[in-house]
Amino acid sequence: MRRIPRIGGAVAGAVLALSLAGCGGDGDGDGSSGTSAESLQGRGPITFVTGKDRSGNLQKQLDGWNSEHPDEKVRVIELPDEPNEQRQQMIQNATTKSDAYTVLNLDVVWTAEFAANRWLTELPEDKIDLSTMLPATVETGRYRDRLYAVPSTSDAGMLYYREDLLEKAGISEPPKTYRQMWDACAKVERLDEAEDVDCFFTEVNKSESMTISMVEAIGSAGGAIIGPDGKPAVNTPQAKQGLEFLVRAYEDGRMPKSAITLDTEGGRRHFQEGRLVFQRQWPYQYSLANEDDGSSEVAGKFAVAPLPGPDGPGVSNLGGHNLAISAFAENKATALDFVRYLTGAQAQRDNLLATSQAPTIAALYDDPELVKKFPYLPVLKSAIENATPRPVAVKYGDVTAAIQEAGYAAVTGDAPVDEALADLQGELETLTAQK
Amino acid sequence: MTTQDERAAAANAAAAAPRGRRAPGGGKGGGDARGQRRLAALLLSPTLLVLALVIGYPVLAGFRESLYARGEGLDESGFVVEGTRFVGFDNYTAIFSGDPAGAFWNAFGNTTFFTFTTVILETVIGVGMALIMHRAFRGRALVRASILVPWAIPTAISGLLWRWIFQADGAANALLRQQILWTADGWPAKLAVIIAEVWKTSPFIGLLVLAGLQMIPRDVHEAARVDGASAVQRFWSVTLPLVKPALLVAVLFRLLDVLRMFDLPAVLIGVNQDSVETLTMIAWFEASNLRYGSAAAYATVLFVYIALIAYLFVKLLGADIIGEAREETKRAKRQKARRRKAVQA
Repeated sequence: MRRIPRIGGAVAGAVLALSLAGCGGDGDGDGSSGTSAESLQGRGPITFVTGKDRSGNLQKQLDGWNSEHPDEKVRVIELPDEPNEQRQQMIQNATTKSDAYTVLNLDVVWTAEFAANRWLTELPEDKIDLSTMLPATVETGRYRDRLYAVPSTSDAGMLYYREDLLEKAGISEPPKTYRQMWDACAKVERLDEAEDVDCFFTEVNKSESMTISMVEAIGSAGGAIIGPDGKPAVNTPQAKQGLEFLVRAYEDGRMPKSAITLDTEGGRRHFQEGRLVFQRQWPYQYSLANEDDGSSEVAGKFAVAPLPGPDGPGVSNLGGHNLAISAFAENKATALDFVRYLTGAQAQRDNLLATSQAPTIAALYDDPELVKKFPYLPVLKSAIENATPRPVAVKYGDVTAAIQEAGYAAVTGDAPVDEALADLQGELETLTAQK
Repeated sequence: MTTQDERAAAANAAAAAPRGRRAPGGGKGGGDARGQRRLAALLLSPTLLVLALVIGYPVLAGFRESLYARGEGLDESGFVVEGTRFVGFDNYTAIFSGDPAGAFWNAFGNTTFFTFTTVILETVIGVGMALIMHRAFRGRALVRASILVPWAIPTAISGLLWRWIFQADGAANALLRQQILWTADGWPAKLAVIIAEVWKTSPFIGLLVLAGLQMIPRDVHEAARVDGASAVQRFWSVTLPLVKPALLVAVLFRLLDVLRMFDLPAVLIGVNQDSVETLTMIAWFEASNLRYGSAAAYATVLFVYIALIAYLFVKLLGADIIGEAREETKRAKRQKARRRKAVQA
């Protein structure tokens, strides 16, 4: 085989260094790209590649592992905070076929891309206790019915609402449908303390958050951006109804005009300043908004509920992280044990207590001690159970960019909903076509 | 380590080169001259080697990469088909006339727009800053230091800083008493980028122009004043021409810099925002989606564009740094020839 040096295209004039690192990959002759489950062999030291560990809990968990497995020590490699940079570095490691990274902490949306490029080792389902995990989260670790990653944390959107305002307006239950939500807003608006309060907020700035809002709105209307058969399906009435919800909410002023600039943290600030009645947000906001040190004006005044939909409970997007084993790593038997350890019930419980990251083990959501500490767990559990993943696509980066473009154009009124969706359908068809 | 080598080599080269050239006229033996030339080549070679390695090779490798595509389709079991495919200039034709052409021309327009607006504004403001800093007044040191603060802040940090200023409930809107959505995708975003960029880089021009100003002898101004030139006349006819070389170098630096602007719009407004997407951002997007061939093509196009702008700038405005040195050696040669003639006569 001709040796093709993969050379980084760093272009002088100091343009930018495309990160492909030196001359590494001459084609491997054996043809097995490490994707079969039988290849999980070898014991010894491994690495765990992840984003920043802010709580220090990961190090504690590693210390526990390392003291029990002195010959199979795990070293942590911390990547930058930015998810995109984490992905970049993992891809760089994979394209050079380096064995430096063993266990990868992947965002759920990267699974398809990493698996399709043969960068992950297929995992044996019979050796991992998947039955204790929430089925929706396990799905995010699969690509084409094969398991490549084990869910370690999950995440789903919930409806945060101002219990105090609803109560004053005479509403005892959180809304289950959009109509109920708008009606509640109309009643709250009449209150004196609701002068500067906006009705509802979900992220519609042009970023990954827009994709998430689209997935939720279209999913709640019974549609999907990419259908279960892997084909784009935004040329449907459901998709139209879903996107129209976002467009109308923004147009009518139910969402603040600044919604197209607010990111996740901006939304949190808005809610914590008491300027929203309803908000779609991740669980992480719960304890921060309940902080009674003066940073939040809504501490003790809000509660969470499942997201509403057009005719009943809506659908949340599924977030979270999965653990996978690099195809090019050594000591994969140790790696598998380590993945089982970190995704096990005890480790996830400790992690939830230390970092409030949502677990994937179903039983933890019903643990009275945990529910006492995190009262939103039951709501979150049902949100995750009904959650839908973001489009599964090998070219996820392009797919999400196209979704953001269409959603943003529709919400800001640059393109009618029909036109935006027709354009999106065309683009997604090209992006998901199998050549 | 390399820089040390480079510096040493450059110093040696500078010392060796003129001597080598002078040798034939100087009446020394031809063999000696050849030896010296060889020595010069030997001493220069580490520099050239380093340059070839850090500049020549990446440029060529980048160009080569831009002729390939890889990993496009999926096979039956859903795996990406492996292997690199030579596609010739397909990546380039796609940029100019294929699907990505719209995005390319948008980014090209943004890059050019930002370049011209920010460099013009920076030049005007920077010269103003330099004139202020040049004045002798009480507290000048403080003013100088404070003018330089923006330049000292890393671009990504100043991007964050301005994002706070420009957010919907930020300082800019509070000051203007308006609700402008600066960080949404639209023309206010362009304006926000220009403001932040000018704020950050005007001090750079100010600094270089100040250095130029301080080279101007005081008596030139005195003479102009005695001759009855007004302040405006003195600025246009005395200060500006004398500071021109420094100013042109500063502007050239800024031009080259802003043409490859990336982090400020990326942090301030975000990636994938049509209104502020520059050519580097588009190349970055391609690379982060594993299309290294097309990313390299974008980068190569940008490289050519930057080289072209720099060439035009040097040609049209005469900011010829190397040229001046060339002039000097020519002048020195002419003088020597004249002297020789005089001796012969």
